[in-house]
Amino acid sequence: MNDERRADVPKDIEATPEEQRLIDQQLDASGPGRGEGAGEAKEVEGLSQNQIVWGRFIRHKGAIFGMVTLAAISLLAFSSMGIGPIPGWWIFQDPGASGPIVNGAAPTLTLPSWLGGPGFALGEHPFGQDNIGRDNFAQVLQGVQTSLLVMVVLGLVALLIGVTVGALSGYYRKATDMALMRVTDLVLTLPVIVLGAVLGRLVATLPDKLGWSDDFRLGFFEYMPLVLAMALGMILWPGLARLVRGEFMSLREREFVDSARVAGASDWRIITKHILPNAVGVIIVNTTLLMSAAVVLETALSFLGFGIRAPNVSLGTLIAENQGAFASRPWLFWWPGLFIILIALSVNFIGDGLRDAYDPRTKRIPSKRQMDKADAKLLAQNGRAK
Amino acid sequence: MVRFLARRLAMALGILLALSIMVYAMLDMALDPLGDLRTSTAPNRAQLLANRIALLNLDQPWYVRYWDWLTSFVRGDFGTAWRTGRQVNDMLGGAIATSVQLVFAATLLAIIFGVIVGLVSALRQYTSFDYSITFVSFVLYSLPVFWVAVLLKQFLAIGVNDFLNRPVINWPGVIAVSVVSGLFWAGALGGELLRKLITFGVAAAVSFGVMFFTLTSGWLNAPNIGIVGLAVIGAAAAYTVTLISAGLGNKRALYASLTTAGVALALYFPLQFFFAGYVMSDWIMLGLFVASIGVALLIGWLYGGPDRAVSMRAAAIVAVLLAVTVFVDQVMRAWGGYVELVGGRPIATIGAQTPGLDAGYWTAQLDKFTHLLLPTIALVLISFAGYTRYQRGSMLEVLNQDYIRTARAKGLSERVVIVRHALRNALMPLASIVPVDIVSLIGGAVITETIFGWGGMGKMFIDSLRDSMIDPVMVYVMITGALAMIANLIADFLYAILDPRIRVDA
Repeated sequence: MNDERRADVPKDIEATPEEQRLIDQQLDASGPGRGEGAGEAKEVEGLSQNQIVWGRFIRHKGAIFGMVTLAAISLLAFSSMGIGPIPGWWIFQDPGASGPIVNGAAPTLTLPSWLGGPGFALGEHPFGQDNIGRDNFAQVLQGVQTSLLVMVVLGLVALLIGVTVGALSGYYRKATDMALMRVTDLVLTLPVIVLGAVLGRLVATLPDKLGWSDDFRLGFFEYMPLVLAMALGMILWPGLARLVRGEFMSLREREFVDSARVAGASDWRIITKHILPNAVGVIIVNTTLLMSAAVVLETALSFLGFGIRAPNVSLGTLIAENQGAFASRPWLFWWPGLFIILIALSVNFIGDGLRDAYDPRTKRIPSKRQMDKADAKLLAQNGRAK
Repeated sequence: MVRFLARRLAMALGILLALSIMVYAMLDMALDPLGDLRTSTAPNRAQLLANRIALLNLDQPWYVRYWDWLTSFVRGDFGTAWRTGRQVNDMLGGAIATSVQLVFAATLLAIIFGVIVGLVSALRQYTSFDYSITFVSFVLYSLPVFWVAVLLKQFLAIGVNDFLNRPVINWPGVIAVSVVSGLFWAGALGGELLRKLITFGVAAAVSFGVMFFTLTSGWLNAPNIGIVGLAVIGAAAAYTVTLISAGLGNKRALYASLTTAGVALALYFPLQFFFAGYVMSDWIMLGLFVASIGVALLIGWLYGGPDRAVSMRAAAIVAVLLAVTVFVDQVMRAWGGYVELVGGRPIATIGAQTPGLDAGYWTAQLDKFTHLLLPTIALVLISFAGYTRYQRGSMLEVLNQDYIRTARAKGLSERVVIVRHALRNALMPLASIVPVDIVSLIGGAVITETIFGWGGMGKMFIDSLRDSMIDPVMVYVMITGALAMIANLIADFLYAILDPRIRVDA
């Protein structure tokens, strides 16, 4: 890159030795330009791995957009509808309760004046109501809570299984690897939505099959999102397991593992203290991407009727229930969809930012304007204009 | 190679067997065939229960039933959907064909568009074009397919149908589309500011002109391409294909392509008589298609020269494009009659075909297209993003390789560097991605088939799972599993052929 830049300097002007010294000095001081990686070395001097990654992460615009959006959505969902026994600030705390139809069931949310609206106001039912007068705002935000819960639990379960299987497989190889990888192939064979539908059906029929008492059944259905998320976590791990296995296979041949072994470290210690910290980038990035897939999977299953059921609310069931009313009440369809997309999109952006942050090949690319500026500055310091 | 294949095949069969045991056990717990009777208030409930238990052998443990199922499965008897009494074998025939159509069309389009857009995005790295494509593909990547499908049904289908009945042209929309098209082409073709401005102006004007013509001239009510359209498309195809595959400097390739286009034009009217005079079938179409490629190859060969293969290839690609154009033209001509047949609402939202439609080959083809349209768009939108991201990444990686620098350093033209040195290597990883992606598309088809009411495999799976019928579900699982195995096998095999660094004499 830099060689091309320098070609821009007019060729008819021979630099005097003094000027050449100045140019060299400038190039050395400003970093980029003396061999590949010289600039980066300067940039990351004296920083720990975490500081480097963090620094790159917060410079990634998409990732920051994702973080802010996700934080805003979580804050809105949990503060308005409350967490567990703690009530939120929204007046309709029960998403299943119906009330009188206000404003023809249309959304009462109004835009702030700078967007051309009459001024920002939530009104009685900001996202409108459905045909029996249930508040859509309460339903959607309850659904967002469910989605976020499923996303986190599912991610954690898949993380745990995937890392364990991948680590054992990659570290011990041979028979262990053979057996674990065949299990991985087995789970990978079917599309996740197919296995997920079977598991969703399983979770829903279990109480009937096992003849549970009504009390127990009620409790079970109340915590169904949690159970479903754990069940789905058991089918989304294979991709992660394969990546972790690959990472472990190459890391276990490195010198620092040998030296740890010579020093008498146990397998457990080598895996957790020596190899795992080096594989953390791959794990974090892929868990994030897996979580965004989880949001879409859960809503899709709920849409098909094999996911979350009443009394719990899912964005997928909201869309399924209201797709017939699209012509008369389109808002019942727009809001849940919008939130699914926003959650999945922000998690995807965070994943992309993390990938760039952990990737040692990522370079900071100056914009054209910055390059021109640097050129001009360099030339000005040399005392000659182009 | 044979040992490798045999080993992989044996392993795949083993995994399929394990899969069938695992899923059967899970289904046995998940399905509840007695659910409706348990809460029933019929006076003879006990009798009904006993009957159903006898019918489904529910008094036996699950592994006994599994064994029964397995022994009849390997003999080719896939069981019955007990609620309807239909044989699963009978249900399968149509369902497989329907699903294959959907998945095949979607995969093909997604790959073509995804690869092209990803490639251009990589070539224009860190421009606003690249950033916009990246952003759009992230959004598409995050879209839930069921939401898009419902949206398409509500907006595209109803909107287009309403428009055809009562054409009110939305001029701001037309202008917006023209501007977006201009921006797209300016960004994709790149260059200096002046060139970008010119590209923008030309592309926007052409888009506006085309839309103005189609919307106001009544073309939409009787669409066709005609001989003039064929001539324009032929010339454009000949020049573009030669430019990309051989370079315009290769006169033999250019003339071979142009001759092929000329032959297609000369055959246009004879073909019209042929199409009108004989009863058409898919086999005749396939025959014509192969024949046109053969003719093109011959033309390319006749032009001779030291490098015949290049001219032959360029001519063959042009022939494929023109054959498709002639086919599309013919299908378009069935439009007017078709619209009347289906009551003025041609874009279908339900099913894979209009029931009881019997109006000849071309109308049947058109009917298939109008039904394929929405589900295919839904599936393509979802998987297109993945291919774009993937192709962009792989192209960027290849472009940073030393051999690309070498190719540039020895003075090869940019076209040769990109097409021959970079693109070929960047396409290689696709061989291992596509087969695997087809499996996830089959998963996506489950949702689209359900929403659009296609009687395919996915819908059969969902309906049977809901109605607690184990036999159809198991057949679906086995077929999907087998497809996944085959896809993976093909992926490994292709990769071994394409990449000389990989050896499979294990």
